Amino acid sequence: MALFEAQAIHKRFGDQVVLEEINLDFESGKLSGIMGPNGAGKTTCFNVLTGRYKPDRGRVVFNGQDITGLPPRTIARKGISRSFQIMNLFDDYSVLENILIALPDVRQNGFNVSRNLARDSAAADQAAFVLARVGLKGHEHESAKNLSYGNRRALEIGVALAADPRILFLDEPTAGMGGEATARLAELIQALKEHYTIVIIEHDMRFLFGLADRISVIHWGQVIAQGTPDELKANKWVQASNLGMLQ
Amino acid sequence: MGLTGSGALITRPMLVTFAILVTLPLWIEPVGFYQYLGVEIVIWMIFALGFNLLLGYTGLPSFGHGAYFGLGAYAFGLFQLNVVQNLWLGLMAAVVIAAIGGAAVAAFISHRRGIYFALLTIAFGQVFWFVSIKWHKLTGGEDGLLNIPRPSMDFGVVEFALSDNTALFYCVLGVFAVVVIGLWRLVHSPFGKVIQAIKQNEMRASFVGYNVWLYKWAVFTLSAGIAGLAGGLFAMAQESAYPDVMSLHASGFVVMMTLVGGGFVSFWGPVMGAVIFFLARDFLGSLTETWLLWYGLMFMGMVLFKPEGVAGAWQDWMGRLLGKQDKGDASPAGGFVASLKR
Repeated sequence: MALFEAQAIHKRFGDQVVLEEINLDFESGKLSGIMGPNGAGKTTCFNVLTGRYKPDRGRVVFNGQDITGLPPRTIARKGISRSFQIMNLFDDYSVLENILIALPDVRQNGFNVSRNLARDSAAADQAAFVLARVGLKGHEHESAKNLSYGNRRALEIGVALAADPRILFLDEPTAGMGGEATARLAELIQALKEHYTIVIIEHDMRFLFGLADRISVIHWGQVIAQGTPDELKANKWVQASNLGMLQ
Repeated sequence: MGLTGSGALITRPMLVTFAILVTLPLWIEPVGFYQYLGVEIVIWMIFALGFNLLLGYTGLPSFGHGAYFGLGAYAFGLFQLNVVQNLWLGLMAAVVIAAIGGAAVAAFISHRRGIYFALLTIAFGQVFWFVSIKWHKLTGGEDGLLNIPRPSMDFGVVEFALSDNTALFYCVLGVFAVVVIGLWRLVHSPFGKVIQAIKQNEMRASFVGYNVWLYKWAVFTLSAGIAGLAGGLFAMAQESAYPDVMSLHASGFVVMMTLVGGGFVSFWGPVMGAVIFFLARDFLGSLTETWLLWYGLMFMGMVLFKPEGVAGAWQDWMGRLLGKQDKGDASPAGGFVASLKR
């Protein structure tokens, strides 16, 4: 059974239908990709899956549990973590603080008013582990807003990882990045793939085809094609739409 | 700043502040002021520190905070007059009543932020102010509660009378020290870090799993409780409680103190702001009746040209002096204008 399923998701804003009917399933231990042209509804789809929007119809099922319409914090606590396309960091905090605040151990003690986080070695160890994973070791004390663009992207993923997720959603991780930085990010995600179930939205197709085990193509608010990268390259729908540059 | 900073229980700025204040009764008269001024300043420092937990640390602008200061003042007065004359129980009543008032208001406004939050705090503040004027039987209407006694400070083995302003000053200073140490601890605790994270990015905080509403509610309640504590001390100092402290302009004073002092960039901003405000009142006030106009112009100039306040200017200066760009520990960064835009 799939770890995470979207069943017949329908979402409209006013009289504009953004998601007609989306069916997706993401298997444990795999890296799944979602692609599609701009305005196809990819980000809206992510927002429905991670609780930012309530779907008008359909169900979101995680690990056999119906999580449709639950608030983001409840969904996050179940082990569903996400990054954002437009960066969403705690800008005035250092890199280390960004990670610390996202640790479940810190969150569960969020109402503790006496513990001193600066002297909490257990939390510091967990944060160091996450920072090493996303390649930000050595940047701990830099302010998030002073990081390079590529490193901010990595921190964005780090904050999502700090929650020790069972499934990690990444919304356009390469947005705004140049070739070299994208290559480094691909390496990072390749390494993360060993440890996490990951879902990525991306319109950089080369990037996604190199990483994903399975890809779903969303267009006009529907999933128009699904399969391994090789299967998709052979799919006439996909060829006709926007994958020409891959050949 | 923050998590990685020292977060020690007692810090050097704390010791310096305490040292200056402890010796204050010795030099305040020689420099041309009077003992009661010290009492007033320290009470407002407590108020402003608690207020800054909300404004500077959580980024929530409350423009009706005088209401909770006033609730504390009335609660203290009514307790002394009608229940029993006891300092500790009276202050406790002030804190509890103000916190209850704050908790009730916060329950209605914690899903808001920015300008909507600010407007709602004004509206609720006005409700409390109006009630204090109209509920004549309880509050004494526009005259307020008069002849509130100053109960003695009773430690079981020793007891100090507080009728003298110098004795009262040390009592208030003791409360101030407790509040400073407590708040310093709090802003370095997980709770303190979460509220600062909420200020920086409310959406991300909720996607990391925090119940943002509950934190905002808790901070507001706590901040109202501290305002109540200050209000209780104020009622004791004034030996009366009256509606004026709940009015919109009294609420504005604490906002101005916090901003002029630099509550957005320093834990100590509100403390400096309170000193500046009262010095301006007494010094400018001795020169002109329209001192508030000049103070207001200074405030506007500050918000326009140096929104980080006196503490921000101090940090810049120290940074240039020491040749580094360290913003100091636990400074609640971000800005006042930003807190309204959110």
